[in-house]
Amino acid sequence: MPIHEKSLIRPEDLVEGSGEAHIIDGVDVSGHWSTFIKSRVVKDYNEDMEAEIAALPGGEFIHRCWQCGSCTNACTVNAINPDFNPRYWIYLIRTGMEEELLRDKDIIWQCVSCHKCSYTCPRDVLPEGVMKATAHWLELKGHTPKSHSTVFDEVFAEQVIKTGKIEEGRVLRRFLTRTGQPLLQGWVLTMALRMIRHFPIKLMIHMGLANFIHPRTSGWGRARAAIEEYVEEQEAEHRKALKLDQPAE
Amino acid sequence: MEQKYKKVAYYPGCALEGTGHSYSRSTKELGKALGLELEEVKNWNCCGAMEVKNVDPKLQTYLSSRVMSIAANEMGYDTVMAPCNGCYHNLKKAEYDLENDPASVEVVGKLSEKAGHQTYEAGQVETIHALDWIKDSLGEEGIRARVKNSLKDLKIANYYGCMYTRPRHIFPEKDKGEGSESTSKPHYMDDLLAAAGAENVDFPLKTACCGGAHTLSDSDTSTRLVMNLIRAAEASGAEVIATECPTCHSGLEMHQIRAEKQHGEKSNVKIIYFTQLLGLALGLSPRQVGIHENVSDSMGLLKEKGLA
Ligand code: SF4
Ligand code: SF4
Repeated sequence: MPIHEKSLIRPEDLVEGSGEAHIIDGVDVSGHWSTFIKSRVVKDYNEDMEAEIAALPGGEFIHRCWQCGSCTNACTVNAINPDFNPRYWIYLIRTGMEEELLRDKDIIWQCVSCHKCSYTCPRDVLPEGVMKATAHWLELKGHTPKSHSTVFDEVFAEQVIKTGKIEEGRVLRRFLTRTGQPLLQGWVLTMALRMIRHFPIKLMIHMGLANFIHPRTSGWGRARAAIEEYVEEQEAEHRKALKLDQPAE
Repeated sequence: MEQKYKKVAYYPGCALEGTGHSYSRSTKELGKALGLELEEVKNWNCCGAMEVKNVDPKLQTYLSSRVMSIAANEMGYDTVMAPCNGCYHNLKKAEYDLENDPASVEVVGKLSEKAGHQTYEAGQVETIHALDWIKDSLGEEGIRARVKNSLKDLKIANYYGCMYTRPRHIFPEKDKGEGSESTSKPHYMDDLLAAAGAENVDFPLKTACCGGAHTLSDSDTSTRLVMNLIRAAEASGAEVIATECPTCHSGLEMHQIRAEKQHGEKSNVKIIYFTQLLGLALGLSPRQVGIHENVSDSMGLLKEKGLA
């Protein structure tokens, strides 16, 4: 599949010639010409960005990338949205072009973790992890709100940490509530009705009762305490690596 | 030669206790019918699915390691069978990390100690998928010899999804030449269903992604990915998409409905677990393999084909 590459030239920097008077950056360029590309100087490099993303889980191997583009070529999401371009983002991160990266900040979380990139990457960059680390970096730095994907991960992990197991109905309800979505959207309702029609009564009772009696791993208390302590430590390390929570100067 | 996998530890995982219940039911029934014994891992926990790794990958490794530790140290097993692609993938990934990454070994050791159970050590168990379980214990010959109700005339697209083959490095036993499973063109399910008499269609999207990780958080993307699969299956002439993962299975069912309700895109292919199809071929009833528990209603088709 051909790779569509986004141009570094921005549409707002293209001036169409019309034969009329044109002054660009104080210089008179009136005359007959087709297209003028306004020059743009990048000087806001974020030299820390690569190290910060590499410090988050999944980002560890970003430095190995040699820009072959195989990841983008294989990518599931790229096939439905050409702007989703792991190779390009890795390039921007490694060169510190934060402003360019931020132009795509709202779609990076959409990686579906299919691992096609990791399968094909000749340098074991594990780009899937880099996508997750980048999405988390954007959230931790306050560039984007928490994506629905992150909220789902959190709801899910919270329940596993608490009880050792999850119960799907409960995760679904919590997720929809926390993201402010109606509990019974049309298609969810249809699913539920079809399930009720086909499911054996015993299982329905089991799933219904799960509202009160949650499945749990017995004797999970000590594991829970150990995990909670570990997760807190990790979060603190990430915040430190990203220089968050620093006392104001 | 002694038969392989005659008795293994069974790790159902959370999905098989909920939406994937018919997969669990048909897996157990299949085991009974084939004389393969399953003992459920005692007091198991969630493997972390696709989510916990995004909070912390080493935590996911710990969760998977606890399951393997119980199977090995408390129950004395050397094989864990996980029918769910997510569980299977995570246990394999944990195995790989515990063998190759000292930092993961350290975290798992610390958490296991604090949690009060024996630490899992790489190599204690082999994790296998339900496909390996049937394929390596009885194989095509074993199935062929036991078919009572051939799946002949049933046109099947075999769908394996992402987690069964990717990334390659966590599946060292695959891609080992003839007889082994392939990560680029998996064929175990094709082989088993062909042995049961089915006609496998040439389905190009065997290992494409169904968007399962974002089935709720980015439903439009998932619906598009699922409809790609369904359209390709129908174009290949398939009447059934055979599945081997509860997340793929319920994703396909869910987004088939969503596409119809939300975008008026109707499709007719039925979604059935491979364990259900094999069970029917071995003469089990649709009820025994939980056809009624699937959201995708395939009774009409199965009756038409003389399988119900
Ligand atoms: S496939 Fe690997 S090396 Fe190639 S561009 Fe992507 S991340 Fe870089
Ligand atoms: S894991 Fe994410 S980045 Fe990699 S190919 Fe899949 S969707 Fe693309």
